[in-house]
Amino acid sequence: MKYFIGIDIGSTCAKTIVMDENKQIVHRLLQPTGWSSVDTAQAIYAKLEEMGINMKEANVVATGYGRISVPYADKCVTEITCHGRGTCFVYGSQDLTVIDIGGQDTKLISVEAGMVKDFIMNDKCSAGTGRFLEVMANTLGLRPEELCQLAAQGSGVSISSMCTVFAESEVISLIGRGEPKQNIAFAVVDSIVKKVASQAGRLTLGKTVCLTGGLCEFDYLCESLGKKLNVTVNTNPDGRYAGAIGAALSAMNVRK
Amino acid sequence: MEYTLPEQFEEFADARKAGFLRVKGLKEQGGKVAGVFCTFTPTEILDAAGFVSVSLCGMSDETIPAAESHLPKNMCPLIKSSYGFALTDKCPYTYFSDLIVGETTCDGKKKMYEMLNDIKPTYILHLPQGYDSDPVTIWTNELRRFIKFLEEKFNVTITDEMLRDAARKRNIQRQTHLKLMELQKQCPPPLGGMQMYATMEGVGFVFTHEERVAKLNALRESVETNADKNQFAGAKRIMVTGCPIGGVLGKTVKAIEASGGVVVCFENCSGIKAAYQMVDTEAEDIVKAIAERYLQIGCSVMTPNKERMKMIPKLVEEYKVDGIVEVDLQACTPYCTETFKVKQLADSLNIPYLAVETDYSQSDSGQLSTRMEAFLEML
Ligand code: SF4
Ligand code: SF4
Repeated sequence: MKYFIGIDIGSTCAKTIVMDENKQIVHRLLQPTGWSSVDTAQAIYAKLEEMGINMKEANVVATGYGRISVPYADKCVTEITCHGRGTCFVYGSQDLTVIDIGGQDTKLISVEAGMVKDFIMNDKCSAGTGRFLEVMANTLGLRPEELCQLAAQGSGVSISSMCTVFAESEVISLIGRGEPKQNIAFAVVDSIVKKVASQAGRLTLGKTVCLTGGLCEFDYLCESLGKKLNVTVNTNPDGRYAGAIGAALSAMNVRK
Repeated sequence: MEYTLPEQFEEFADARKAGFLRVKGLKEQGGKVAGVFCTFTPTEILDAAGFVSVSLCGMSDETIPAAESHLPKNMCPLIKSSYGFALTDKCPYTYFSDLIVGETTCDGKKKMYEMLNDIKPTYILHLPQGYDSDPVTIWTNELRRFIKFLEEKFNVTITDEMLRDAARKRNIQRQTHLKLMELQKQCPPPLGGMQMYATMEGVGFVFTHEERVAKLNALRESVETNADKNQFAGAKRIMVTGCPIGGVLGKTVKAIEASGGVVVCFENCSGIKAAYQMVDTEAEDIVKAIAERYLQIGCSVMTPNKERMKMIPKLVEEYKVDGIVEVDLQACTPYCTETFKVKQLADSLNIPYLAVETDYSQSDSGQLSTRMEAFLEML
């Protein structure tokens, strides 16, 4: 059997999707990227072989910031194109806007008729990214998903700084002031939502807005993002694999 | 006259040493050097006064740490780099310039010139920044004031005939340069943007009119006969616009050309922006004619910047552009703000548009190349 493999090496997690020729997803792998994307890529290779996949035969497309560290990939495609394609597949629509909150950057991609039409990526700054959430959660002694759950019960507080370092010290002083944790959590989520919404202002949002990336299962985040943007934000458990799915789909076009 | 070299001369690399010795030679033969920073500088006047004008725009991050001891961190890298070169005596042209000429363009440059004046005599021309209140009269008066200043300070005479002659020569240089750039209208283009930019940069340091024209012509002929016409067959045709990009070429133009694109047109300064308009050399008032020529430059310091908005659609058509990439320098308020309008313009032309903001460091090169790649995948 011929397999089509998409590997998305992001800044925090590496996602792998194996598809058969009928575009059925047969395997999903998720692992931390760790400090070396080269090692991660090798580990994925070994794992796939172990699972009985003939890697010499398979078509492999790599994406994500570590895409160049996958020596056995037949092709590299950027995460923008892969996220666009993968999201269309996951949500079964050809016209949509992707909001991908990744570990290191946030991307907004507008897709029309299955093709990327426009995109925005945040500049050298971690505001509004998964990293921002992680740092703040750490400061509060919570896991990111706990922070998001707690935020649903909070209100009334805001963080003004967009910079992770300054925002962290704001959070520390809120803790010092005795502000209840749920209110601080609320402020953290609110800050991410505001940042993403301001980026979205530069793009024409389609009717269907889909969240991808590691944060897409955080219900409260999706809900507040939807409120802020005045749209329904769709999520799907496969959302975090959107990039890898797009890469696997691209692998179908690779001729070996 | 004898000229001394900077104190740390012996520590410089060979190429830099050679640069210093060349300018020193030029000065010892009686040449006068004017350091300039901007496409608005009326070079005809400097030519007529017997100056060699050289661009002092800083293009490397080498001198930025030194500059930051005087200038804010959050400032355009071109301004910081340029000032840093003056402060550290590392640029031969800044070091040997008899005069620096600046214009009131963006706020950062204006304020930097005030400080530069403490290192080197700096003359400021006040550029009107819009079209509503008779800019031609204002700018013509500024040019006359500059002529008078040069005559008095350097004991020279600048006649209308000299200005006319200088303008004729500059027009020829511009036309020759334009003809070279226009080779890129061909499909596929004979040159890559990196190659084209290198030729443009090289010409900036050839100082006589005859040599410059000869060099530009020779370049064009060699491209016509030698260039591999198919090296960019099938590549997407990109126009680059925005701030001066000499300091960020690798992260932008090279990245575009490594991802299946080819830069066919630079709208920026040192590209089309500097060469497109000609002086009407037959005009009765030659100073006014020079003033009028410069006011047609589509730079974002103008408000509104109608010339750029007219130029972009024209170039898109002439160069059969598939996508526009705007490259702006960090903290450049005029250009970064204008991206919003340029995007609207690109949308109305149905041409994909990408804007990036960057500086002279290498820290964002990975991110930038992802963006360029994604943009090209999209076309
Ligand atoms: S971009 Fe504007 S201010 Fe800068 S050099 Fe060019 S004309 Fe001058
Ligand atoms: S790039 Fe922008 S900020 Fe820098 S000198 Fe030119 S106009 Fe000024």
